Amino acid sequence: MNSAIPFSAQLINLFAAVILLLAFAMLAQRRVLALINLFALQGLTLCLATLVAAVTTGQSHLYYSAGLTLTLKVLVLPWILHRLVRKLNVKGEVEALINIPTTMLAGIVLVMIAFNVALPISELSHTITRGTLGIALAVVMLAFLMMITRQKAITQVVGFLSMENGLFLAATSATYGMPMVVELGIALDVLVGVIILGVFFFQIRDQFDSLDIHHMERLKDN
Amino acid sequence: MDFFVLMLAIPLVSGALLTVVGERAWAPNLNIIASLGTFLAAVGLTVEIVANGPRFAFGEQFFIDSLNVFFVALTAFVGLTTSIFSGPYMKNEAEHGRLTMPRLRLYKSMYQLFMFTMLAALTTNNLGILWVAMEAATLTTVLLVSLYRTPASLEAAWKYFILCGVGIAQALFGTILLYFAAERVLGESGNALLWTHLIDVKGQLEPNIMALSFIFLLVGYGTKVGLAPLHNWLPDAHAEGPTPVSAVLSGLLLNVALYAILRCKVLADGAIPGAFAGKLMMGFGLFTLLVAAFFLSRQKDVKRMFAYSSIEHMGLITFAFGMGGPVANFAGLLHMTMHSLTKSAIFFAVGHATQKTGTQLMENIRGLIRINPLIGWGLMLGTLAILGMPPFGVFASEFMILTHAMKHYPWATPVLLLGLGVAFAAIFGKVQPMVFGETEAKRLPHAPAITPVFLHLGIVLMLGLYIPPYLTRWFHEAARMLG
Repeated sequence: MNSAIPFSAQLINLFAAVILLLAFAMLAQRRVLALINLFALQGLTLCLATLVAAVTTGQSHLYYSAGLTLTLKVLVLPWILHRLVRKLNVKGEVEALINIPTTMLAGIVLVMIAFNVALPISELSHTITRGTLGIALAVVMLAFLMMITRQKAITQVVGFLSMENGLFLAATSATYGMPMVVELGIALDVLVGVIILGVFFFQIRDQFDSLDIHHMERLKDN
Repeated sequence: MDFFVLMLAIPLVSGALLTVVGERAWAPNLNIIASLGTFLAAVGLTVEIVANGPRFAFGEQFFIDSLNVFFVALTAFVGLTTSIFSGPYMKNEAEHGRLTMPRLRLYKSMYQLFMFTMLAALTTNNLGILWVAMEAATLTTVLLVSLYRTPASLEAAWKYFILCGVGIAQALFGTILLYFAAERVLGESGNALLWTHLIDVKGQLEPNIMALSFIFLLVGYGTKVGLAPLHNWLPDAHAEGPTPVSAVLSGLLLNVALYAILRCKVLADGAIPGAFAGKLMMGFGLFTLLVAAFFLSRQKDVKRMFAYSSIEHMGLITFAFGMGGPVANFAGLLHMTMHSLTKSAIFFAVGHATQKTGTQLMENIRGLIRINPLIGWGLMLGTLAILGMPPFGVFASEFMILTHAMKHYPWATPVLLLGLGVAFAAIFGKVQPMVFGETEAKRLPHAPAITPVFLHLGIVLMLGLYIPPYLTRWFHEAARMLG
């Protein structure tokens, strides 16, 4: 069976697996700066996977998609986040609500669920990258888990962006990417979103003297 | 000049312009004039669509038919009245020292950009662009929710951003799956996300993928509609943001998100046998209605309470569209219109009331009818209207939804009646002492804009008594499109 899979598909599967590993690494990472670097690395791997798919299939818009991922998720966003961390003086460890081993176990369960959900769909796909659909869904779910279990506002944003990575991987693996105009729009939204969040972080810090979101638990229904 | 291009260009250009000149004394007027221009363009577009039928714009990227032109007209109208209302309201806020000039500039500029994103979301033919515009609508309003920079407003904005961000990410996954299903039929052209192409081949779309896709889309866009259990951001954002923002969030953004679900539902219905999408929406709708109704009685903050009332009505509308068929769709569309107009009118009245009394806590708001009879009556009539009292239009649409449910889904009727009854008791019991009762509040420096309140309530009253035949035709056609 393995011999039937072409080399490029194996390469893409490898990259997808690396993305999933990085998602787990992010889940386990305690330091904010290291977390941002891991996110950049994940973006780079996604870019490589897209590039391989582009070379194999000759779909020109995948090259643009890869370029977009490279500029936005490997260079611009990590740079903005690094600056934010420096300017805001976010120090010390990321505090998790649940301890890390438990989070990892929950992550494993999520991966199994993701694979089960994606299995019937990826069988219908005819793209060379279809095997990665389950991985993409797993990355989305792991990012979601990270957002739930982390306390710092910046970590939640990195989780959000990592979720976007998973979604792009899903788009590439199931369909060779969305139409160009849509991908550009999504990229613009993500960029504007991060910039707005940057502004927002300063507002939060000015009010609470901290970026820890457990200060923000006052609004409740009594 | 093309009305459609004008309608999108006016808010976009004036939004950009207001970032530059937003601190001038005449900037609030520019905001109103731009909204008026958008509204007139929307009216022109509506007349054109009614006369000539559906049309495309910018190639096939935008598509206006009788369904979305109806939302476009409604959005532009409430956008206009809210901008009129916000003029004196924001001046009073600035005078109370709650807002500075740069924040007022931010408000006006973002308000116009928000209108642009909603109109773009309503008119686009591309489901990917629809997603992009919905996300952009969140982004433009995040900083508006935190406009006061109080701890509570920052918390509300953060919750809004993260919850809607996660929700909208689910919707993107749904869109990717939809594209995946469509690509198998339509091929790898850019057309596979165009709604007009999808609708032609909806019967050939792979049902399993479509089912999964619709679940993700419903959960994703449903977060923005405020469907329980993903509604947590909504009361916070409505209560902590400035009142004009609450009015447009409640009256317009929820509608636009629901519109996105409706477009997807039409496709899902065509692909999946057994009314799967409809049942899902009915379930979500009923659950939302009940959750919101029971939370209503626990509220102390007046804007929070009416935010829960919005969730309740969104649940009811989702249920109506879930039932499907011409009658229920007609009722759903009518209820969306009524809810938009009534709820924004209520928020206008509540905004002035909270400004007069200096608090949002209901136990401290008393005797509005003495402070300003118009505001008092506006709030009272608005509340009666939203609670579904005849002769207001909400009664007509709720009555249609109820009777349709009795006929086809009798098991749902007790749940509906329970939800509506609990909501009635909760809201009426709290609004009544606010309007009548003793007080000693002082006058505001800027006279409030009362006209929008009574304009909205007047239309709701008129539609309750008499729906003009062209409007009926229009609703029928839109309802038929929804299947």
